[in-house]
Amino acid sequence: MKYRSVFDIIGPVMIGPSSSHTAGAARIGRVARQLFGREPKWVEISLYGSFAKTYKGHGTDVALVGGVLDFDTFDERIVNALTIAKEKGIRVKFTEEDAVMDHPNTAKVHLGDDEDDLELVGISIGGGKMEIVELNGFKLGLSGNSPALLVVHNDRFGAIAGVSNILAKHEINIGHMNVARKERGQQALMTIEVDQNVEEKIMKEVESLPNILQVAKIND
Amino acid sequence: MFRNVAELVELAESKNIPISEVMILQEMEFRGKTREEVIKTMETNLDVMEKAVERGINEDVRSHSGLTGGDALLLQEYLKTGKALAGDILLDAVSKAMATNEVNAAMGTICATPTAGSAGVVPGTLFAIKEKVNPTREQMVRYLFASGAFGFVVANNASISGAAGGCQAEVGSATGMAAAAIVELMGGTPEQSADAMAIALKNMLGLVCDPVAGLVEVPCVKRNAMGASNAITAADMALAGIKSRIPCDEVIDAMYKIGQSMPNTLKETAQGGLAATPTGRALEAKIFGVSLDKK
Repeated sequence: MKYRSVFDIIGPVMIGPSSSHTAGAARIGRVARQLFGREPKWVEISLYGSFAKTYKGHGTDVALVGGVLDFDTFDERIVNALTIAKEKGIRVKFTEEDAVMDHPNTAKVHLGDDEDDLELVGISIGGGKMEIVELNGFKLGLSGNSPALLVVHNDRFGAIAGVSNILAKHEINIGHMNVARKERGQQALMTIEVDQNVEEKIMKEVESLPNILQVAKIND
Repeated sequence: MFRNVAELVELAESKNIPISEVMILQEMEFRGKTREEVIKTMETNLDVMEKAVERGINEDVRSHSGLTGGDALLLQEYLKTGKALAGDILLDAVSKAMATNEVNAAMGTICATPTAGSAGVVPGTLFAIKEKVNPTREQMVRYLFASGAFGFVVANNASISGAAGGCQAEVGSATGMAAAAIVELMGGTPEQSADAMAIALKNMLGLVCDPVAGLVEVPCVKRNAMGASNAITAADMALAGIKSRIPCDEVIDAMYKIGQSMPNTLKETAQGGLAATPTGRALEAKIFGVSLDKK
Protein backbone atom coordinates (compact mmCIF):
# COMPACT_ATOMS: atom_id res chain seq x y z
CA MET A 1 0.00 0.00 0.00
CA LYS A 2 1.49 3.28 -1.10
CA TYR A 3 -0.51 5.42 1.29
CA ARG A 4 -0.28 4.26 4.88
CA SER A 5 -1.26 7.27 6.97
CA VAL A 6 -4.52 9.22 7.13
CA PHE A 7 -2.36 12.34 6.96
CA ASP A 8 -1.27 11.35 3.46
CA ILE A 9 -4.93 11.92 2.58
CA ILE A 10 -5.95 14.75 4.92
CA GLY A 11 -2.72 16.68 4.47
CA PRO A 12 -0.14 17.95 3.98
CA VAL A 13 -0.64 21.52 5.09
CA MET A 14 0.96 23.34 2.22
CA ILE A 15 1.37 26.43 0.12
CA GLY A 16 -0.81 26.13 -3.01
CA PRO A 17 -1.62 25.52 -5.71
CA SER A 18 -0.93 21.81 -6.34
CA SER A 19 -0.19 18.95 -3.96
CA SER A 20 1.58 16.91 -6.63
CA HIS A 21 3.17 19.77 -8.58
CA THR A 22 3.96 22.07 -5.65
CA ALA A 23 4.09 20.17 -2.32
CA GLY A 24 5.40 16.91 -3.82
CA ALA A 25 7.95 18.87 -5.84
CA ALA A 26 9.13 20.74 -2.75
CA ARG A 27 9.60 17.43 -0.96
CA ILE A 28 11.70 16.01 -3.82
CA GLY A 29 13.91 19.11 -3.76
CA ARG A 30 14.23 18.88 0.00
CA VAL A 31 15.35 15.25 -0.05
CA ALA A 32 18.06 16.20 -2.56
CA ARG A 33 19.21 18.95 -0.22
CA GLN A 34 19.20 16.72 2.84
CA LEU A 35 21.12 13.98 1.04
CA PHE A 36 23.67 16.49 -0.20
CA GLY A 37 23.91 17.69 3.39
CA ARG A 38 24.60 21.36 2.71
CA GLU A 39 23.55 24.26 0.55
CA PRO A 40 24.61 23.62 -3.06
CA LYS A 41 26.18 26.23 -5.32
CA TRP A 42 24.28 25.10 -8.39
CA VAL A 43 21.13 23.16 -9.22
CA GLU A 44 20.11 21.69 -12.56
CA ILE A 45 16.57 20.36 -12.72
CA SER A 46 15.09 18.32 -15.57
CA LEU A 47 11.30 18.07 -15.75
CA TYR A 48 9.34 15.30 -17.45
CA GLY A 49 5.73 14.61 -18.42
CA SER A 50 3.08 16.72 -16.71
CA PHE A 51 5.83 18.45 -14.71
CA ALA A 52 7.44 19.65 -17.96
CA LYS A 53 4.15 20.79 -19.46
CA THR A 54 2.68 22.66 -16.52
CA TYR A 55 5.47 23.57 -14.11
CA LYS A 56 5.16 27.30 -14.54
CA GLY A 57 1.47 27.34 -13.71
CA HIS A 58 1.85 25.12 -10.68
CA GLY A 59 4.96 26.76 -9.30
CA THR A 60 6.76 23.42 -9.60
CA ASP A 61 10.03 25.20 -10.35
CA VAL A 62 9.58 27.50 -7.37
CA ALA A 63 8.71 24.56 -5.11
CA LEU A 64 11.64 22.37 -6.21
CA VAL A 65 14.07 25.20 -5.53
CA GLY A 66 12.26 25.91 -2.24
CA GLY A 67 12.90 22.29 -1.28
CA VAL A 68 16.56 22.61 -2.26
CA LEU A 69 16.67 25.61 0.10
CA ASP A 70 15.38 23.23 2.83
CA PHE A 71 11.88 24.77 3.02
CA ASP A 72 9.00 22.52 4.11
CA THR A 73 5.71 22.33 2.15
CA PHE A 74 4.02 24.93 4.37
CA ASP A 75 6.94 27.36 4.50
CA GLU A 76 5.70 30.64 3.04
CA ARG A 77 9.21 31.43 1.78
CA ILE A 78 8.56 28.87 -0.99
CA VAL A 79 6.70 31.56 -2.93
CA ASN A 80 9.95 33.57 -3.22
CA ALA A 81 12.32 30.61 -3.53
CA LEU A 82 13.75 31.61 -6.93
CA THR A 83 14.58 35.10 -5.67
CA ILE A 84 16.05 33.75 -2.44
CA ALA A 85 18.23 31.28 -4.38
CA LYS A 86 19.46 34.11 -6.60
CA GLU A 87 20.30 36.26 -3.56
CA LYS A 88 22.30 33.36 -2.13
CA GLY A 89 24.20 33.07 -5.39
CA ILE A 90 22.88 29.60 -6.23
CA ARG A 91 22.85 29.00 -10.00
CA VAL A 92 19.54 27.46 -11.04
CA LYS A 93 18.78 25.88 -14.41
CA PHE A 94 15.60 24.17 -15.63
CA THR A 95 15.22 21.88 -18.64
CA GLU A 96 11.93 20.64 -20.07
CA GLU A 97 12.49 17.08 -21.28
CA ASP A 98 10.46 15.30 -23.94
CA ALA A 99 11.36 11.77 -22.84
CA VAL A 100 8.44 9.69 -21.57
CA MET A 101 9.06 8.40 -18.03
CA ASP A 102 7.20 5.68 -16.10
CA HIS A 103 5.46 8.32 -14.01
CA PRO A 104 3.99 11.56 -15.43
CA ASN A 105 5.29 13.72 -12.59
CA THR A 106 9.02 13.11 -12.68
CA ALA A 107 11.89 15.45 -11.86
CA LYS A 108 15.63 14.88 -11.98
CA VAL A 109 17.55 17.07 -9.57
CA HIS A 110 21.30 17.44 -10.07
CA LEU A 111 23.00 19.71 -7.57
CA GLY A 112 26.44 20.32 -6.21
CA ASP A 113 29.27 22.64 -5.25
CA ASP A 114 33.01 22.78 -5.97
CA GLU A 115 33.69 19.55 -4.08
CA ASP A 116 30.86 17.19 -4.80
CA ASP A 117 27.60 16.67 -6.63
CA LEU A 118 24.48 14.53 -6.32
CA GLU A 119 21.80 13.48 -8.75
CA LEU A 120 18.42 12.02 -7.90
CA VAL A 121 15.19 11.26 -9.70
CA GLY A 122 11.94 11.79 -7.80
CA ILE A 123 8.32 11.14 -8.69
CA SER A 124 5.34 12.92 -7.20
CA ILE A 125 2.61 10.30 -6.88
CA GLY A 126 -0.30 12.49 -5.77
CA GLY A 127 -1.59 14.25 -2.67
CA GLY A 128 1.87 15.60 -1.84
CA LYS A 129 3.45 12.18 -1.56
CA MET A 130 6.68 11.49 -3.41
CA GLU A 131 9.18 8.73 -3.95
CA ILE A 132 12.86 8.89 -4.78
CA VAL A 133 13.41 6.30 -7.51
CA GLU A 134 17.04 6.89 -8.39
CA LEU A 135 20.13 8.22 -6.64
CA ASN A 136 23.44 8.78 -8.44
CA GLY A 137 22.36 6.27 -11.06
CA PHE A 138 21.17 3.64 -8.55
CA LYS A 139 17.54 2.55 -8.71
CA LEU A 140 15.91 2.64 -5.28
CA GLY A 141 12.58 2.68 -3.51
CA LEU A 142 12.35 5.25 -0.75
CA SER A 143 8.96 6.38 0.55
CA GLY A 144 10.19 9.50 2.34
CA ASN A 145 7.87 8.53 5.20
CA SER A 146 10.42 7.00 7.56
CA PRO A 147 13.89 8.15 8.50
CA ALA A 148 16.23 6.52 6.03
CA LEU A 149 19.94 5.87 5.77
CA LEU A 150 21.68 5.78 2.41
CA VAL A 151 25.08 4.11 2.45
CA VAL A 152 27.36 4.11 -0.57
CA HIS A 153 29.84 1.25 -0.19
CA ASN A 154 32.20 -1.10 -1.97
CA ASP A 155 30.50 -4.32 -3.04
CA ARG A 156 32.37 -6.60 -0.58
CA PHE A 157 31.29 -9.28 1.87
CA GLY A 158 30.61 -8.03 5.39
CA ALA A 159 29.78 -4.46 4.40
CA ILE A 160 26.06 -4.94 4.99
CA ALA A 161 26.58 -6.91 8.21
CA GLY A 162 28.84 -4.16 9.55
CA VAL A 163 26.19 -1.50 9.05
CA SER A 164 23.33 -3.57 10.45
CA ASN A 165 25.44 -4.50 13.49
CA ILE A 166 25.95 -0.86 14.35
CA LEU A 167 22.21 -0.15 13.95
CA ALA A 168 21.40 -3.14 16.17
CA LYS A 169 23.83 -1.96 18.83
CA HIS A 170 22.00 1.38 18.99
CA GLU A 171 18.60 -0.36 19.05
CA ILE A 172 17.54 0.99 15.68
CA ASN A 173 15.03 -1.20 13.91
CA ILE A 174 15.15 -1.64 10.13
CA GLY A 175 11.74 -1.43 8.47
CA HIS A 176 12.83 -1.82 4.87
CA MET A 177 16.19 -2.44 3.26
CA ASN A 178 17.41 -2.55 -0.29
CA VAL A 179 20.86 -3.15 -1.77
CA ALA A 180 21.78 -2.20 -5.32
CA ARG A 181 24.99 -2.32 -7.31
CA LYS A 182 25.90 -1.40 -10.82
CA GLU A 183 28.47 -4.15 -11.31
CA ARG A 184 29.79 -6.97 -9.16
CA GLY A 185 32.63 -5.84 -6.92
CA GLN A 186 32.14 -2.17 -7.75
CA GLN A 187 30.26 0.63 -5.97
CA ALA A 188 26.97 -0.30 -4.32
CA LEU A 189 24.20 1.43 -2.39
CA MET A 190 22.31 0.37 0.70
CA THR A 191 18.92 1.99 1.27
CA ILE A 192 17.77 1.44 4.84
CA GLU A 193 14.45 2.73 6.14
CA VAL A 194 14.42 2.72 9.93
CA ASP A 195 11.89 3.27 12.71
CA GLN A 196 14.08 5.58 14.78
CA ASN A 197 16.07 8.67 13.99
CA VAL A 198 19.76 8.02 13.34
CA GLU A 199 21.98 10.41 15.26
CA GLU A 200 25.10 12.03 13.86
CA LYS A 201 27.49 9.94 15.97
CA ILE A 202 25.95 6.72 14.65
CA MET A 203 26.43 8.03 11.12
CA LYS A 204 30.11 8.66 11.89
CA GLU A 205 30.41 5.16 13.28
CA VAL A 206 28.96 3.69 10.10
CA GLU A 207 31.20 5.87 7.99
CA SER A 208 34.31 4.62 9.80
CA LEU A 209 33.60 1.01 8.80
CA PRO A 210 35.79 -0.59 6.12
CA ASN A 211 34.38 -0.38 2.57
CA ILE A 212 31.91 2.35 3.46
CA LEU A 213 32.32 5.37 1.18
CA GLN A 214 29.52 7.78 2.01
CA VAL A 215 26.61 7.93 4.44
CA ALA A 216 23.60 10.20 4.24
CA LYS A 217 20.33 10.27 6.10
CA ILE A 218 16.84 11.56 5.63
CA ASN A 219 14.96 12.42 8.79
CA ASP A 220 11.26 11.92 9.31
CA MET B 1 -5.81 -2.71 8.53
CA PHE B 2 -8.56 -2.28 5.93
CA ARG B 3 -7.81 -2.58 2.24
CA ASN B 4 -11.16 -1.63 0.76
CA VAL B 5 -14.49 -0.06 1.65
CA ALA B 6 -16.14 -3.43 2.35
CA GLU B 7 -13.50 -4.22 4.98
CA LEU B 8 -13.75 -0.71 6.42
CA VAL B 9 -17.53 -1.00 6.83
CA GLU B 10 -17.19 -4.53 8.21
CA LEU B 11 -14.61 -3.39 10.80
CA ALA B 12 -16.82 -0.52 11.93
CA GLU B 13 -19.98 -2.59 12.14
CA SER B 14 -18.45 -5.63 13.83
CA LYS B 15 -16.87 -3.48 16.52
CA ASN B 16 -19.86 -1.16 16.63
CA ILE B 17 -17.69 1.94 16.18
CA PRO B 18 -17.89 4.76 13.63
CA ILE B 19 -15.68 4.81 10.50
CA SER B 20 -13.71 7.71 12.00
CA GLU B 21 -12.79 5.54 14.99
CA VAL B 22 -11.48 2.77 12.72
CA MET B 23 -9.22 5.35 11.05
CA ILE B 24 -8.06 6.83 14.36
CA LEU B 25 -7.17 3.37 15.73
CA GLN B 26 -5.31 2.44 12.57
CA GLU B 27 -3.33 5.68 12.58
CA MET B 28 -2.38 5.20 16.26
CA GLU B 29 -1.08 1.74 15.45
CA PHE B 30 0.74 2.73 12.26
CA ARG B 31 2.46 5.74 13.83
CA GLY B 32 2.91 4.22 17.26
CA LYS B 33 1.31 7.34 18.71
CA THR B 34 -1.31 8.06 21.35
CA ARG B 35 -4.88 9.05 20.54
CA GLU B 36 -4.16 12.58 21.78
CA GLU B 37 -1.20 12.98 19.42
CA VAL B 38 -3.13 11.74 16.40
CA ILE B 39 -6.15 13.92 17.20
CA LYS B 40 -3.92 16.93 17.77
CA THR B 41 -2.36 16.64 14.30
CA MET B 42 -5.82 16.51 12.76
CA GLU B 43 -6.90 19.54 14.81
CA THR B 44 -3.98 21.46 13.35
CA ASN B 45 -5.17 20.55 9.85
CA LEU B 46 -8.73 21.57 10.77
CA ASP B 47 -7.44 24.97 11.91
CA VAL B 48 -5.65 25.48 8.59
CA MET B 49 -8.87 24.61 6.71
CA GLU B 50 -10.92 26.99 8.80
CA LYS B 51 -8.49 29.86 8.23
CA ALA B 52 -8.49 29.27 4.47
CA VAL B 53 -12.31 29.21 4.34
CA GLU B 54 -12.59 32.37 6.46
CA ARG B 55 -10.05 34.15 4.29
CA GLY B 56 -11.78 33.11 1.08
CA ILE B 57 -15.29 34.19 2.10
CA ASN B 58 -14.21 37.49 3.61
CA GLU B 59 -11.36 38.69 1.42
CA ASP B 60 -11.34 39.39 -2.27
CA VAL B 61 -8.53 36.86 -2.84
CA ARG B 62 -7.00 36.99 -6.32
CA SER B 63 -4.55 34.58 -7.93
CA HIS B 64 -1.33 35.82 -9.56
CA SER B 65 -2.68 34.99 -13.01
CA GLY B 66 -5.90 36.87 -12.33
CA LEU B 67 -7.95 33.89 -13.55
CA THR B 68 -9.69 33.19 -10.26
CA GLY B 69 -10.70 34.86 -7.04
CA GLY B 70 -13.61 36.67 -5.47
CA ASP B 71 -16.32 34.18 -6.43
CA ALA B 72 -16.75 32.73 -2.93
CA LEU B 73 -17.39 36.26 -1.74
CA LEU B 74 -19.89 36.92 -4.57
CA LEU B 75 -21.90 33.88 -3.59
CA GLN B 76 -21.91 34.89 0.09
CA GLU B 77 -23.33 38.29 -0.91
CA TYR B 78 -25.97 36.60 -3.08
CA LEU B 79 -26.95 34.29 -0.23
CA LYS B 80 -27.67 37.34 1.92
CA THR B 81 -30.28 38.57 -0.59
CA GLY B 82 -32.48 35.57 0.18
CA LYS B 83 -33.16 35.02 -3.53
CA ALA B 84 -31.17 31.78 -3.84
CA LEU B 85 -33.07 28.83 -5.29
CA ALA B 86 -30.81 26.13 -3.86
CA GLY B 87 -30.82 25.71 -0.09
CA ASP B 88 -28.59 27.89 2.07
CA ILE B 89 -26.46 24.97 3.31
CA LEU B 90 -25.81 23.80 -0.24
CA LEU B 91 -24.76 27.21 -1.53
CA ASP B 92 -22.78 27.99 1.60
CA ALA B 93 -20.86 24.74 1.00
CA VAL B 94 -20.29 25.72 -2.61
CA SER B 95 -19.01 29.14 -1.54
CA LYS B 96 -16.73 27.72 1.15
CA ALA B 97 -15.35 25.08 -1.22
CA MET B 98 -14.49 27.81 -3.72
CA ALA B 99 -13.05 29.93 -0.91
CA THR B 100 -10.47 27.26 -0.14
CA ASN B 101 -9.51 26.78 -3.78
CA GLU B 102 -9.26 30.50 -4.39
CA VAL B 103 -6.83 30.77 -1.48
CA ASN B 104 -4.96 27.77 -2.90
CA ALA B 105 -4.73 29.35 -6.36
CA ALA B 106 -3.32 32.48 -4.76
CA MET B 107 -0.50 30.37 -3.26
CA GLY B 108 -2.06 30.68 0.17
CA THR B 109 -1.85 28.04 2.91
CA ILE B 110 -4.30 25.14 2.67
CA CYS B 111 -4.57 21.51 3.74
CA ALA B 112 -4.67 18.98 0.87
CA THR B 113 -7.87 16.85 1.05
CA PRO B 114 -6.84 14.62 -0.68
CA THR B 115 -4.97 17.01 -2.99
CA ALA B 116 -4.57 20.78 -3.21
CA GLY B 117 -6.59 21.05 -6.40
CA SER B 118 -9.47 19.26 -4.66
CA ALA B 119 -8.92 20.85 -1.25
CA GLY B 120 -12.24 22.71 -1.26
CA VAL B 121 -14.85 19.97 -1.09
CA VAL B 122 -14.16 18.39 2.32
CA PRO B 123 -13.78 21.62 4.35
CA GLY B 124 -16.40 23.46 2.26
CA THR B 125 -19.11 20.95 3.12
CA LEU B 126 -17.96 20.67 6.74
CA PHE B 127 -18.02 24.39 7.49
CA ALA B 128 -21.41 24.83 5.80
CA ILE B 129 -23.03 21.95 7.68
CA LYS B 130 -21.47 23.33 10.86
CA GLU B 131 -23.88 26.28 10.60
CA LYS B 132 -26.85 23.92 10.75
CA VAL B 133 -25.86 21.18 13.18
CA ASN B 134 -23.35 22.96 15.42
CA PRO B 135 -20.94 20.05 15.78
CA THR B 136 -18.36 19.91 18.57
CA ARG B 137 -14.70 20.32 17.63
CA GLU B 138 -14.32 16.59 18.22
CA GLN B 139 -17.11 15.80 15.75
CA MET B 140 -15.43 18.03 13.18
CA VAL B 141 -12.12 16.23 13.66
CA ARG B 142 -13.97 12.93 13.30
CA TYR B 143 -15.42 14.20 10.04
CA LEU B 144 -11.87 14.53 8.72
CA PHE B 145 -10.87 11.05 9.91
CA ALA B 146 -13.99 9.55 8.30
CA SER B 147 -13.32 11.28 4.98
CA GLY B 148 -9.66 10.31 5.30
CA ALA B 149 -10.60 6.64 5.71
CA PHE B 150 -12.47 6.63 2.40
CA GLY B 151 -9.74 8.63 0.68
CA PHE B 152 -7.19 6.13 2.00
CA VAL B 153 -9.01 3.33 0.16
CA VAL B 154 -9.22 5.31 -3.09
CA ALA B 155 -5.55 6.33 -2.91
CA ASN B 156 -4.41 2.75 -2.42
CA ASN B 157 -6.78 1.03 -4.85
CA ALA B 158 -7.11 3.67 -7.56
CA SER B 159 -5.47 7.10 -7.57
CA ILE B 160 -5.84 10.58 -6.13
CA SER B 161 -3.67 12.21 -8.78
CA GLY B 162 -5.08 14.18 -11.70
CA ALA B 163 -1.96 13.39 -13.71
CA ALA B 164 -2.58 9.67 -13.20
CA GLY B 165 -6.40 9.47 -13.15
CA GLY B 166 -7.95 12.75 -14.23
CA CYS B 167 -10.16 15.06 -12.16
CA GLN B 168 -12.39 12.14 -11.16
CA ALA B 169 -9.41 10.97 -9.06
CA GLU B 170 -9.08 14.35 -7.37
CA VAL B 171 -12.39 16.20 -7.05
CA GLY B 172 -14.21 12.89 -7.60
CA SER B 173 -12.40 11.30 -4.65
CA ALA B 174 -12.87 14.40 -2.49
CA THR B 175 -16.59 14.42 -3.27
CA GLY B 176 -16.99 10.77 -2.31
CA MET B 177 -14.94 11.30 0.85
CA ALA B 178 -17.07 14.30 1.89
CA ALA B 179 -20.36 12.51 1.14
CA ALA B 180 -19.32 9.57 3.34
CA ALA B 181 -18.18 11.86 6.16
CA ILE B 182 -21.40 13.90 6.06
CA VAL B 183 -23.38 10.69 6.56
CA GLU B 184 -21.38 9.82 9.68
CA LEU B 185 -21.69 13.35 11.08
CA MET B 186 -25.46 13.24 10.53
CA GLY B 187 -25.80 9.94 12.38
CA GLY B 188 -25.96 7.54 9.42
CA THR B 189 -24.51 4.04 9.42
CA PRO B 190 -21.11 3.00 8.00
CA GLU B 191 -22.96 1.25 5.18
CA GLN B 192 -24.83 4.45 4.37
CA SER B 193 -21.47 6.24 4.26
CA ALA B 194 -20.29 3.72 1.66
CA ASP B 195 -23.49 4.25 -0.35
CA ALA B 196 -23.05 8.02 -0.22
CA MET B 197 -19.46 7.71 -1.43
CA ALA B 198 -20.53 5.38 -4.24
CA ILE B 199 -23.39 7.65 -5.36
CA ALA B 200 -21.16 10.73 -5.28
CA LEU B 201 -18.22 9.13 -7.10
CA LYS B 202 -20.45 7.54 -9.75
CA ASN B 203 -21.44 11.02 -10.78
CA MET B 204 -17.84 12.14 -11.09
CA LEU B 205 -16.65 9.23 -13.25
CA GLY B 206 -14.93 10.24 -16.44
CA LEU B 207 -14.21 13.77 -15.29
CA VAL B 208 -11.01 14.87 -17.00
CA CYS B 209 -8.19 17.05 -15.70
CA ASP B 210 -7.87 19.88 -18.22
CA PRO B 211 -6.67 22.98 -16.39
CA VAL B 212 -6.34 26.12 -18.50
CA ALA B 213 -2.67 27.07 -18.82
CA GLY B 214 -1.90 24.19 -16.47
CA LEU B 215 -2.98 26.32 -13.53
CA VAL B 216 -5.01 24.88 -10.64
CA GLU B 217 -7.68 27.49 -11.26
CA VAL B 218 -9.97 27.03 -14.29
CA PRO B 219 -12.01 24.84 -14.01
CA CYS B 220 -10.68 23.50 -10.67
CA VAL B 221 -12.28 26.12 -8.42
CA LYS B 222 -15.75 25.57 -9.88
CA ARG B 223 -15.32 21.80 -9.99
CA ASN B 224 -14.82 21.94 -6.23
CA ALA B 225 -18.00 23.98 -6.05
CA MET B 226 -19.94 21.28 -7.88
CA GLY B 227 -18.18 18.57 -5.88
CA ALA B 228 -19.46 20.14 -2.67
CA SER B 229 -23.05 20.28 -3.89
CA ASN B 230 -22.80 16.73 -5.27
CA ALA B 231 -21.45 15.50 -1.90
CA ILE B 232 -24.31 16.99 0.11
CA THR B 233 -26.90 15.68 -2.34
CA ALA B 234 -25.39 12.18 -2.33
CA ALA B 235 -25.24 12.18 1.48
CA ASP B 236 -28.89 13.23 1.73
CA MET B 237 -29.83 10.48 -0.73
CA ALA B 238 -27.98 7.84 1.29
CA LEU B 239 -29.47 9.13 4.56
CA ALA B 240 -32.90 8.85 2.95
CA GLY B 241 -32.20 5.15 2.51
CA ILE B 242 -31.22 5.13 -1.16
CA LYS B 243 -28.58 2.51 -1.95
CA SER B 244 -25.99 2.34 -4.69
CA ARG B 245 -26.65 -0.56 -7.07
CA ILE B 246 -22.92 -0.80 -7.75
CA PRO B 247 -20.92 -1.41 -4.55
CA CYS B 248 -18.53 1.36 -3.55
CA ASP B 249 -15.37 -0.71 -4.14
CA GLU B 250 -16.46 -1.49 -7.68
CA VAL B 251 -17.14 2.19 -8.36
CA ILE B 252 -13.60 2.97 -7.14
CA ASP B 253 -12.23 0.23 -9.39
CA ALA B 254 -14.20 1.60 -12.35
CA MET B 255 -12.76 5.04 -11.64
CA TYR B 256 -9.25 3.58 -11.70
CA LYS B 257 -9.81 1.82 -15.01
CA ILE B 258 -11.41 4.87 -16.60
CA GLY B 259 -8.37 6.87 -15.47
CA GLN B 260 -6.01 4.39 -17.07
CA SER B 261 -7.80 4.52 -20.41
CA MET B 262 -8.03 8.32 -20.38
CA PRO B 263 -5.70 9.94 -22.94
CA ASN B 264 -2.74 11.87 -21.56
CA THR B 265 -4.01 15.08 -23.12
CA LEU B 266 -6.78 14.98 -20.49
CA LYS B 267 -4.59 14.18 -17.50
CA GLU B 268 -3.15 17.42 -16.16
CA THR B 269 -1.04 18.22 -19.21
CA ALA B 270 -3.01 21.31 -20.31
CA GLN B 271 -3.19 19.86 -23.82
CA GLY B 272 -6.87 18.94 -24.15
CA GLY B 273 -10.37 19.71 -22.95
CA LEU B 274 -11.00 23.22 -21.64
CA ALA B 275 -7.28 23.99 -21.78
CA ALA B 276 -7.38 23.51 -25.57
CA THR B 277 -10.44 25.70 -26.22
CA PRO B 278 -9.83 28.96 -28.10
CA THR B 279 -10.44 30.94 -24.92
CA GLY B 280 -8.33 28.55 -22.87
CA ARG B 281 -5.44 28.97 -25.30
CA ALA B 282 -5.90 32.73 -25.44
CA LEU B 283 -5.77 32.98 -21.63
CA GLU B 284 -2.69 30.82 -21.60
CA ALA B 285 -0.94 32.97 -24.19
CA LYS B 286 -1.85 36.07 -22.22
CA ILE B 287 -0.49 34.66 -18.95
CA PHE B 288 2.76 33.16 -20.26
CA GLY B 289 3.18 35.11 -23.46
CA VAL B 290 3.21 31.79 -25.32
CA SER B 291 0.95 28.77 -25.71
CA LEU B 292 2.16 25.60 -23.97
CA ASP B 293 1.61 23.27 -26.93
CA LYS B 294 3.57 25.47 -29.30
CA LYS B 295 6.80 25.36 -27.35
